[in-house]
Amino acid sequence: MEKYKKELNDADAIELLHQYNEDLLPRKFGIIGKTWTLFLFIGFLTGIYCYTNQLKQGLVITGMRDFVFWGIYISNFVFFVAISLVGSLITAILYLLRISWRAPITRLSEVIAVAAITFAGLIIIVDMGRPDRMVNMILHGRIQSPIIWDVMVVATYMMLSILLLYFPLLPGIAFCRDRLNGIPKWQKRMYSFLSLGWKNSPEQYKIVKKAITILSITIIPVALCIHTVTSWLFASTYRPGWDSTNFGAYFVSGAFLVGSGGVIAGMYLLRRFYPAYDKYLTDDHFDRMAKLMVLLAMVYAYFSINEYLIPAYKMKGEDSEHLNELFTGYYAPMFWSVQIFGMIVPMIVLLFKNGRKPLPTFIMAVLVIICAWFKRYLIVIPTMSFLPVQEIPEAWKHYSPTLQEWLITGGSLAGALLIITLFVRFFPIISVWEIAEERGISEGVIYKHMHEGNEK
Amino acid sequence: MKEDNSQDNKTTRKDFLRKSLLSGGVLASGVIGINKLIADEKDSGEKVKVLTADGKLVEVDSGNISKCQASTTTPSSEARIGIPGKKYVMVIDLSRCKHALKCQDACQRYHHLSGMNVWLKVFKMQDSENTAPYWLPKPCMHCDKPPCVKVCPVSATYKREDGIVLVDNERCIGCRFCMAACPYSTRSFNWQEPEFLSESKGAVYSPETGFPQKKGTVEKCDFCPDMLREGKLPHCVTACPNGVFYMGDLNEDTVSNGSETVRFSQLMNDKGGYRLNEILGTEPSVYYLPPVSRLFPFKDAEPGKGKMDASE
Repeated sequence: MEKYKKELNDADAIELLHQYNEDLLPRKFGIIGKTWTLFLFIGFLTGIYCYTNQLKQGLVITGMRDFVFWGIYISNFVFFVAISLVGSLITAILYLLRISWRAPITRLSEVIAVAAITFAGLIIIVDMGRPDRMVNMILHGRIQSPIIWDVMVVATYMMLSILLLYFPLLPGIAFCRDRLNGIPKWQKRMYSFLSLGWKNSPEQYKIVKKAITILSITIIPVALCIHTVTSWLFASTYRPGWDSTNFGAYFVSGAFLVGSGGVIAGMYLLRRFYPAYDKYLTDDHFDRMAKLMVLLAMVYAYFSINEYLIPAYKMKGEDSEHLNELFTGYYAPMFWSVQIFGMIVPMIVLLFKNGRKPLPTFIMAVLVIICAWFKRYLIVIPTMSFLPVQEIPEAWKHYSPTLQEWLITGGSLAGALLIITLFVRFFPIISVWEIAEERGISEGVIYKHMHEGNEK
Repeated sequence: MKEDNSQDNKTTRKDFLRKSLLSGGVLASGVIGINKLIADEKDSGEKVKVLTADGKLVEVDSGNISKCQASTTTPSSEARIGIPGKKYVMVIDLSRCKHALKCQDACQRYHHLSGMNVWLKVFKMQDSENTAPYWLPKPCMHCDKPPCVKVCPVSATYKREDGIVLVDNERCIGCRFCMAACPYSTRSFNWQEPEFLSESKGAVYSPETGFPQKKGTVEKCDFCPDMLREGKLPHCVTACPNGVFYMGDLNEDTVSNGSETVRFSQLMNDKGGYRLNEILGTEPSVYYLPPVSRLFPFKDAEPGKGKMDASE
């Protein structure tokens, strides 16, 4: 944006750079931060404890049975894959489009992506009946199975996301290594190890920038693949509600929507707990992200109409049973809630200028995220719960997750949030050198003076 | 698990060895395993070639060999190939089914199925209000274009040359994608450690028997390939009092329900055979004869009769 780009003389630029460094250094948590971290940690450990029970007793501890054989593990997996797509949206797409306001939110979105895709990989292992035989996918892998495609693209996306987080972070880690005093030895050692001997030379910056460009281009098709392939896990079957050619685009558009919600929520919380950040995560950023969200919600609405209304026009045998369950039956309250609060209300509220202020935008983003989770539930579970219901014990007809199943799923959500939280605690969540570039500080000044300032 | 091991017990050691050396079909008729080498027998100095369970030819001193029971279990590698020259088909005559559930009882018993896993279900079918209800036994369709095999990431479920679709529960990773893919919902999952009767302890696993079942893996109707290998009919076929099930070989164009053996093509022609969900293109190996000129009038099941009707 033009307003960020001022003509700067070198002295001002250096001072600004020092200011950025000062503002954006990772800091120790206060009492709220510590409590939050502890809470997430306990949640994560509880999930692990319940999972050990599952390993001992089998998937019988869940609410799943032969009739509804995929449950919230799978819908949670879809949710994680969805939200992880934001990394490619903000980092890659906005970067390649040279959108100038993206710098303060790239790292946040990339951390969300890495945390989500990591736990997507873990929760899908939790769903396996025989996780001990995972190696069979390599020993006996068959390329025509969509699961193998999913394993490949999720692993690739995870690698690309980690690199896309890591490379631009190198100057930040090096800065922490050299300038952060009074920190424990292990932390110092961690920075020193992770900084890969970064010495702020122009050559290193050149390599990093080139790497970012290459990664940004590579990650876009892979990002589209992860969610398209995830949708094919369902669309490649014959089941009404899953048997849809619209599924790939429907999943991808929903993923972008929830991902943008994730970034907005992160932005708001960062500003709330680090007052200095509002110079970087400005009201303008909320305004722009909110507009982006309106667009994404409209695209999602388009694919949702394709997904539900066209089958509903025909009301073909089994489709009609599925749709009746969703529209007016057992799942109707949840279905209409997620459509209205997860798509339509945010779309309308964010159309207004006052709606795009930080707080209302944050509230809309949280709505979108919560509804997105339940939307995945509605995509996965109802399809399995109306097929021939004979010779099935009464208890199997409706699926309701057990407490342990909820705790394991909650543990995975806590784990993903823990990754993000710990990242904020130990690394600069806003990239100083990218902000500096965006705001018109010349490369020469950045390379030379990036390492200065903040002598505390 | 097989009842007919007794004949092997009668054979002498010499007979046994000679048979195993000479018979080319030794693998086909069941694998000879050397359970243990007996130490207290003296070396005779005579070397004998024997075939091990994993198919290796080894030479051992004949004094060191003791007789063990010939296992009828087919090893996983061989169970993948199938019975040569066969193409199995099943015909289910809906006009004869009265929901006696003897097929299901036999299936549960002979496959040692525990818990709520039921391979053969009998559904009450009534397509619309004005059409007549009838009973439909539903085994695995053993499709020629099996969607379950297509989606399996590790080839734990596979299609054999003889048309049978099996599950190798020593390879299955428990992702349950096959259950999602199967349009006939024939598959069950072992949600917990299966319970076995004491008689079944120590049984050797083969995909052809599906026994012992394993926690965290998928299972389903297997057309009883262990019986077919011996030239016998599957348990559901022999157990049915009304001759509903016919089993046979498409290559020979013959199917039998135990009491009568008929031409498959003739049966299809005479009674208007069809397959379920032909529209999906899965090409099942199970054919149905329509419920016309029925042997029994339709009567609703008494509550609690079916395996699954009993509340858990």
